[in-house]
Amino acid sequence: MTHVSLIPTALANKFPSDRPTVGYGVHRVVGLETEFGIHAPAHPQASHSVMSLELINAYGHKLTSEGTNVASTEWDYNEESPLSDARGWQMPRSIAHPSQLTDQALANNAGQDIHMLVNLILPNGARFYVDHAHPEYSSPETTNPIDAVIWDQAGDRIAQQAADHIADANGAAEMILYKNNTDSKSVSYGAHENYLVARDLDFDELSDHLIGFFATRQIITGAGRVGIGSLNDRTGFQISQRADFFEEEVGLETTIRRPIVNTRDEPHATPESYRRLHVIIGDANLSQYSTWLRVGMTSLVLSLIELGELPMVELAEPVQALQDISHDPSLQTQVLVNGRGWMTAIEVQRIYQEAAQTYLDRYGIDDQQSLDVVNAWAEVLDLLEHDPAQLADRLDWVAKYQLLNGMRERHALDWSNAKLAMLDLQWADLREEKGLYYTLVSRGAMRTIVTVEQIQQAISMPPTTTRAWTRGRLIDRFGAHLAGVSWESVLVRPFRQGPLQRFQLLEPLAATADDFNGLLAAGKPQLTLEDTPENQTELTQLLKQLQPYRVTGRK
Amino acid sequence: MAQDQQRPPHQRHEEDQHIPDPLPEGTPSPGSASAQSADLDSLLDEIDGVLEVNAEEFVQGFVQKGGQ
Repeated sequence: MTHVSLIPTALANKFPSDRPTVGYGVHRVVGLETEFGIHAPAHPQASHSVMSLELINAYGHKLTSEGTNVASTEWDYNEESPLSDARGWQMPRSIAHPSQLTDQALANNAGQDIHMLVNLILPNGARFYVDHAHPEYSSPETTNPIDAVIWDQAGDRIAQQAADHIADANGAAEMILYKNNTDSKSVSYGAHENYLVARDLDFDELSDHLIGFFATRQIITGAGRVGIGSLNDRTGFQISQRADFFEEEVGLETTIRRPIVNTRDEPHATPESYRRLHVIIGDANLSQYSTWLRVGMTSLVLSLIELGELPMVELAEPVQALQDISHDPSLQTQVLVNGRGWMTAIEVQRIYQEAAQTYLDRYGIDDQQSLDVVNAWAEVLDLLEHDPAQLADRLDWVAKYQLLNGMRERHALDWSNAKLAMLDLQWADLREEKGLYYTLVSRGAMRTIVTVEQIQQAISMPPTTTRAWTRGRLIDRFGAHLAGVSWESVLVRPFRQGPLQRFQLLEPLAATADDFNGLLAAGKPQLTLEDTPENQTELTQLLKQLQPYRVTGRK
Repeated sequence: MAQDQQRPPHQRHEEDQHIPDPLPEGTPSPGSASAQSADLDSLLDEIDGVLEVNAEEFVQGFVQKGGQ
């Protein structure tokens, strides 16, 4: 496979040769995951795992009943190893918390496999599946923050369409989905970001930089929460949904003793070239603007870390700082930065923003997406400092806080009032007629940065710039001839006979629409299982084009 | 370093913490203040209309199982 890169050659030549880089500006391979809250108000005792299963299966049913293919085979877990750790050791299964074993098929109480689909791979290249007791959408791989927003928001619509499909069934109980991160009792669930970074980048260097950035970026990316403490034992409002659920600085866990920097190392890509940075600290954002900045700012910071050009900001007490910052929506809280003194989160973020600006200037990076992010980042920091209310049309936490304060004033409520907790919850309700975020959007009170049409299209079509194109389009066109699909592999069995042919798509930037247009072009009809000369010809062509990715024997 | 161990000038103790209103009392551009507040009033009317009525029970019932 020839080496492919996102970085234009002229720019790559300007980068220091001793610093391996796999992205530039805001351009980087990224995918977003959302674990949705799931609730059936009329059936409080309903099993969350079973509801999640029903939801996933409902979406599979919806697609197939509309004549759309979906890869509903068992997920190809050959490559999945969630217990391998970035620091180079394997955690013995016996000491892993049972809930960490995401690569086990679900079983019922009697230990028998449940014969429902736990996992779908969709024509848009995403994965929609049951993770623990939540439905989860993992977006296809994208290469810039705008695309990341589009396919993330497509996931929200997909999940809601699944719930609507259940609601259409006779006698079905209403199932409500929430794009939030806590039930404000004791439980948190994630909205993870995945960024590919250069494998040769020293992991300790990476995590040392990320701790300060992650502890402070919440003032822009937070989704807002009513209640303080992981057990919700104090009243009030805080900036982040997730902050109170973090206990460590660096570690492998994602469900207990959560770390600010997660070390899970499953690149789902050429391991010699890439590490997948698995970011578990973020809040799920309804706001497109918040999601866009979350991905854009983080991508920029990673580009600087790869080049060794990010100033070091070392928090004296990162976990405490994370929570102190979250607990103060006035943004006045200062945290101790070693060697720099006491600083507000705004001041810390300015260090990163200014470094990003300097980096773009130095290398002459002037593409619109990179400039838009760095400029918006500066503007948001200025407004947070001087007039945060102006950000109520952009940032989740500010918009939510404005509504909460309006309600408190109007009805003379204190923070313990259930109405405020209801508002917090309903902000994230994915039903467009109920969700308060959608209410604001429909009134023009919340900015959007992508169109309804773009989101609509991304429900069924993959991004063109990554291997997700081949994954999604293969499912749509050749689904009848696929035996298995995962992030980095495809199993083909033409006409359901003969030996399986296995193809590995380890390079996320190969097998894109540029490589596979024609055969996998949009609008081409599905290939049936009928063994006709035409179908034979198309399959032969497909296998020929896939030949460079062919692997023989299983690893 | 000596500065490291001092409390910062603006740091407040959690229990004393007053959560300030982010809506500025400052100096909005002329003519926009009343329009903004009318907008917010109308928005709150709509929120009041769409918010689940049985808030206490609804919020209590929203219990999730562990996640990542």
